[in-house]
Amino acid sequence: MALTTFTPKPNFDLLKVEDVSSPGHLACPGCGIMPAYRTALQVLGKNTIIVAPACCFAVVDGPFPYSAAGVPFMHCAFETAAASAAGVRAALEVLGRDDTNVVAWAGDGGTFDIGLQALSASAERNEDMIYVCYDNEAYMNTGIQRSSATPRMAWTTTTPQQAPKIEYKKDLGGIMAAHRIPYFATASLAHPEDMMAKFRKAKELRGFRMIHYFCPCPTGWKTDARYMVKLDRLAVQTKVFPLYEVFGGRRYVLNVASEGLPVSEYLKIQGRFSHLQPEDIKLIQQEVNDNYEELLAKVDHSNRQRSNDT
Amino acid sequence: MEQALREEKALLLSGNQAAAYGAYLSRVQVIAAYPITPQTTIIETLADIMTKADWKHKFINVESEHSAMACCIGASMGGVRAYTATSAQGLALMHELLHWASGARLPIVLVNVNRAMAPGWSIWSDQNDSLSQRDTGWIQLYCESPQEVLDTVIQGFMVAEKVNVPVMVVEDAFILSHTSEVVELPDQAVIDRMLPPRAPAFRLDMEQPAAFGGLLGPEYYQEVRAKLHKAMEEAGRVLVNVDALWQKNFGRSYGIVEPYRCEDADLVLVTSGAISSTSKIVIDQLRRQGRKIGRLKIKLFRPFPFQEIQRLLGDVPKVAIIDRNCSYGHHGIFFQEIKSALYGSKKGDRPKLYGYILGLGGRDVTINTLRQVIDLTSERDEPDPETIWVK
Repeated sequence: MALTTFTPKPNFDLLKVEDVSSPGHLACPGCGIMPAYRTALQVLGKNTIIVAPACCFAVVDGPFPYSAAGVPFMHCAFETAAASAAGVRAALEVLGRDDTNVVAWAGDGGTFDIGLQALSASAERNEDMIYVCYDNEAYMNTGIQRSSATPRMAWTTTTPQQAPKIEYKKDLGGIMAAHRIPYFATASLAHPEDMMAKFRKAKELRGFRMIHYFCPCPTGWKTDARYMVKLDRLAVQTKVFPLYEVFGGRRYVLNVASEGLPVSEYLKIQGRFSHLQPEDIKLIQQEVNDNYEELLAKVDHSNRQRSNDT
Repeated sequence: MEQALREEKALLLSGNQAAAYGAYLSRVQVIAAYPITPQTTIIETLADIMTKADWKHKFINVESEHSAMACCIGASMGGVRAYTATSAQGLALMHELLHWASGARLPIVLVNVNRAMAPGWSIWSDQNDSLSQRDTGWIQLYCESPQEVLDTVIQGFMVAEKVNVPVMVVEDAFILSHTSEVVELPDQAVIDRMLPPRAPAFRLDMEQPAAFGGLLGPEYYQEVRAKLHKAMEEAGRVLVNVDALWQKNFGRSYGIVEPYRCEDADLVLVTSGAISSTSKIVIDQLRRQGRKIGRLKIKLFRPFPFQEIQRLLGDVPKVAIIDRNCSYGHHGIFFQEIKSALYGSKKGDRPKLYGYILGLGGRDVTINTLRQVIDLTSERDEPDPETIWVK
């Protein structure tokens, strides 16, 4: 099996970029939204329009009359990120501004839950946009309530410790791949070079592109702000959030091979998992292993398809 | 007229086809729509005739009315002319975004085909769908003929883009939407002069990046909404001017209200929508019998034409108000509105108001129905405390 393995050597090219976003945003300490946004806009540049529904980002960008985005920023209703962005794209098309990046930037609630219908429709129509889901695995803006992106057994204010969430996290990658969109990729704050490469690819492609970004939320995950990057690194290393791409909904590429650390390493630094018993952790480990095996099988299948083609 | 038809300056159009031609003549740039009976022939006609459009445009077949309005909002924020059409459940689904469109001050035009709300399922005419959207900050215009629908769509864009408030053009299900008559097509060159390409006061602009619709604290919110209210009031005056221009260019106009034989009337029937046409026949019949009866059609529902109502109804002894709708637990909605308009009137002797609810769920409103309303009003010296439901 051919895997691209991450080699942690410093890449100073990453620093030779121009910032579009500005300081002064309102994110909590340790929040992953702005580091990812900053990175994305370094790649996408100023010729970009942001469309954001109700979510932490809508607050983080700043209240009227402030904005840290550095580009036109359209707030939209909670469930309409993909539909609103499609409207913006239509206007640009009519006005002959095809070179502008239209970026919907939504949380997991606005993507996995309330915005899924509009998202599915825009993906099906292959609307020309980059849809970024920053997934902090719960409704954090309203104060940490369960979403369908919340992982199994996690505490939230609506899934208290004595009755934690027992359902699976929704498989966003699977859903989007089933729409056969040109590009889907997962991204992590611990791998900025990988994240930048993915935004670059997304920028170069046309049609519906999605980046699913695993967004650390120390406030909601009940952990220390200093763990922001570490949480994302551990999520990749423990296979909780593998880094991969899907081209055309069929061709899977694994970007960073997991080091196979036990999930307990990731779980134990987060208060939202502090109630877990050893058997719960075992269950989570099993689910993570199964998901990863399934992903490897898809990658393997893609590789065999490709070698058959050549 | 035959000559006009031969030269294709007039066409045989249903209300829905007229709604589509109105959008076409307005040179709409983005259409986002979702099918619902009885609106479907609007978007079918548009999909067809837009293929002849020689300007850049995009037609988006969305997955819901909610997304239709979201797309229109996005497109309008992008600076182009956006249009959609819907009905009943579809309009109700849009509700959240109707507030958004007006709050964001976007000049979108929407045609709503008045259809009764479920349950039980009804595809036939009544006004509860659009009147339920009374407080969303949309200008509302009720039409009585396909010609008026076509003209009002174009007028709607002219008003909307002047005051930055969205416009809802309303027509009755089937009675107008699917009934054809000869409709004159206004000359495109004249329309182009009256309605030039949209020049937005603000838009998503890479050269001047700004955030739109973000968190608005208590120190600003109320003033922003007061501006919407002011713009709404201005819209009434703008429509009067637009309508006068229409008269000048095309020889027809509608007014924000239309009195018919009201001059010496001791009883005035108040109507809206397609019933307004039927009522004219009734008025003519009764006038021939020597009865002093007039009719006032209300076209502009938001902003509500207080002054015209006060001027035209203030001295009338009896006013019979027809509502093809109901505000459950209150009265018919036009009844409430007219009552509130007259209560603020300076005239001491307010008319006696008689409220009638009829024609819900598409029940036929015939000449006999309207004569019944007039007879019930004539017979009673004092109105009943409760609204009368007319079979």
